[in-house]
Amino acid sequence: MLLLIQYTLIFSSVLILVALGGCISEHSGVINLGLEGIMVIGALGGALMMRYCQTESAFLMVLLVILAATLFGVIYSALLGAACINFKADQTLVGTALNLLGTAAATVFVKAINTAANPDDHSSEIEYIRARKMFILNIKGFEFNWFMLIALIAVIVIAVLLYKTKFGLRLMACGEHPQAADSVGINVYKMRWAGVLISGALGGLGGICYILAGVSIWKFENGVAGFGFLALAVMIFGQWKPGRIALAALLFGLFRALSNTYVGFPALASLNLPGNVYNMMPYIVSLIVLAFTSKQSRAPKAEGIPYDKGSR
Amino acid sequence: MKKALKNPGVQAFVASVICILLGLLIGYIVLLFINPEGAAESILNVIKNFFTWSKPKTQLKQFGNTLSKTMPLLMCSLSILFAYKVGLFNIGAAGQYVAGACACLYAALAWGWGWLPCMLFAILAGGVLGAVVGILKSYCNVNEVISGIMLNWISLYTANTILAKVKEVASPYTMYITDMNPSALLPNLGLDKLFGNNKYVTLAVPLALVIAIAVSVILSRTKLGYELKATGNNKNAAKYAGMKENQNIILTLVIAGGLAGLGAAMLYLTGYMRWECTQSSVPGMGFNGIAAAFLGGLNPIGAIFASFFIQHITDGGQYVNTNFYSSQISDLISSVIIYLCGFVLFIKITMNKAITRNEEKAAQKLKASDAKAEKGGVQ
Repeated sequence: MLLLIQYTLIFSSVLILVALGGCISEHSGVINLGLEGIMVIGALGGALMMRYCQTESAFLMVLLVILAATLFGVIYSALLGAACINFKADQTLVGTALNLLGTAAATVFVKAINTAANPDDHSSEIEYIRARKMFILNIKGFEFNWFMLIALIAVIVIAVLLYKTKFGLRLMACGEHPQAADSVGINVYKMRWAGVLISGALGGLGGICYILAGVSIWKFENGVAGFGFLALAVMIFGQWKPGRIALAALLFGLFRALSNTYVGFPALASLNLPGNVYNMMPYIVSLIVLAFTSKQSRAPKAEGIPYDKGSR
Repeated sequence: MKKALKNPGVQAFVASVICILLGLLIGYIVLLFINPEGAAESILNVIKNFFTWSKPKTQLKQFGNTLSKTMPLLMCSLSILFAYKVGLFNIGAAGQYVAGACACLYAALAWGWGWLPCMLFAILAGGVLGAVVGILKSYCNVNEVISGIMLNWISLYTANTILAKVKEVASPYTMYITDMNPSALLPNLGLDKLFGNNKYVTLAVPLALVIAIAVSVILSRTKLGYELKATGNNKNAAKYAGMKENQNIILTLVIAGGLAGLGAAMLYLTGYMRWECTQSSVPGMGFNGIAAAFLGGLNPIGAIFASFFIQHITDGGQYVNTNFYSSQISDLISSVIIYLCGFVLFIKITMNKAITRNEEKAAQKLKASDAKAEKGGVQ
């Protein structure tokens, strides 16, 4: 039971971070379908830091890894920003390209450094057993991960940022009616850039959190198994509101955690379902949830439409 | 020359060539960055693909392999471009492809069906999956990209579970169709003789080309195509004009799904590949289809050449120097190409601007010289 709670919380943290990223980008008017790729690149940044940083101090390690993941995420999301904001590219297409590019680039890169270190090693894996321990606080068998706290803080910060600050309200205006926002002197392009870059930072954090969730070795060929898209489903279910997103993430996190822990429950194990059924669970649940909630969805009105100063 | 550049088809071609060249250049830079020594040779090998072999006969045989894998890719790219013309981004093509693979392999191995029913069953499976996305989109307003991705994973795990029943005992792979049920193999029609006895070159090749032309005709010459495109342009206007907009969306995705499912049958029923029942990621064919569709300028005929190119460099990836690099460099190049395709609109606008500017300048010059001539005439 404790294990189920632990996995639910950590997977929810991933979903919260990434869904908040998607939420802030969509509020600024850009659909960020590239979150999956951003997660992979963020995870790559964090994993590289864990591999090469030899520090003994847990605090320093956590800080450096978070910085690396955030930085990688921000830089990578700039590719989306440049294409979608300045060059008015199709946001779905560019997002998809970033997802494919993220996995491909990470694989090529990790394989290259592995092969350079040892000519016989053609794997795309990075191992971080020692560093992972620094992220975890063992409280009577419950593995507390610092990212659980970070996710909680992120929810509060983003909620305050969006609803209580001038910046947040302006950002949301750019996603609802960019022409109106422009007419009162808000720079729509800058606001959208801010939205995309913040979502890159949160996506990168979510990525490193995901690979730290249950394992100490990561194979970059596998990407992040659709988690970026699950986060988008969480965001829609949460109606683009940070508080609701957190609750939605808990529900989805629970179903994801079941696939890791169902063996431990006699009632579930006795059903004798194949493991694949539990693997499918989060995706099936999200389809059902989306089918019931998308009809009255309150998406930002101008999302997905490139802003053109000249158009009316 | 200038006149030709104004033609939208030529512009699309030029834009695609620019994307390809930039994509290859970036791939080359990445290789240089990893290890400058073998970079030039490796990127050339990616471009040469089967020409890397020295014997003409081997070249021909490897060419056949690339060709037989191009056809499923072409089907996936047709699936994506067909839906895109109706304003839908069918990223679920990857899952529909998986459903098709699952259906045709299971029918062939467990039920012993012949190749034609297997193929139809694959189309049906892909179509059903497409219908789910379509129904969710039209009646529940679910974004087709997100539902498509969810279905990709659901169909992957379903296929793994179902196909585990027809797998070999000792390996995670499904059994050989060649051993179990040769009647399910696509007929060669003598095409194998043309490609150095490559038995994987089958009926799929001409069939896929015919379908590409058929899609082109449906989209541009029929009432159905017109209605579908109208629905894509403006759902409400289509409804106002008396078209059944919801049915049109579903129909589009059923056709798109069927195309992707058929694509899977075209690969798995040749016996070239077997399904690995423990695979943990969705096969890349559906995603590469996105690259091929956009690189082909969203034109079915363009998609034929683009699919071949994408498959060509994907296969070429295996010829890089594996002492330093990995074959995924081709995935990197094709994803960079997809990214660059996002800039096609920008490239076209820039070209048009340059052309109009030149024309204006020329017109002004003409005017000026006319005016001079007139002046001269008066004097």
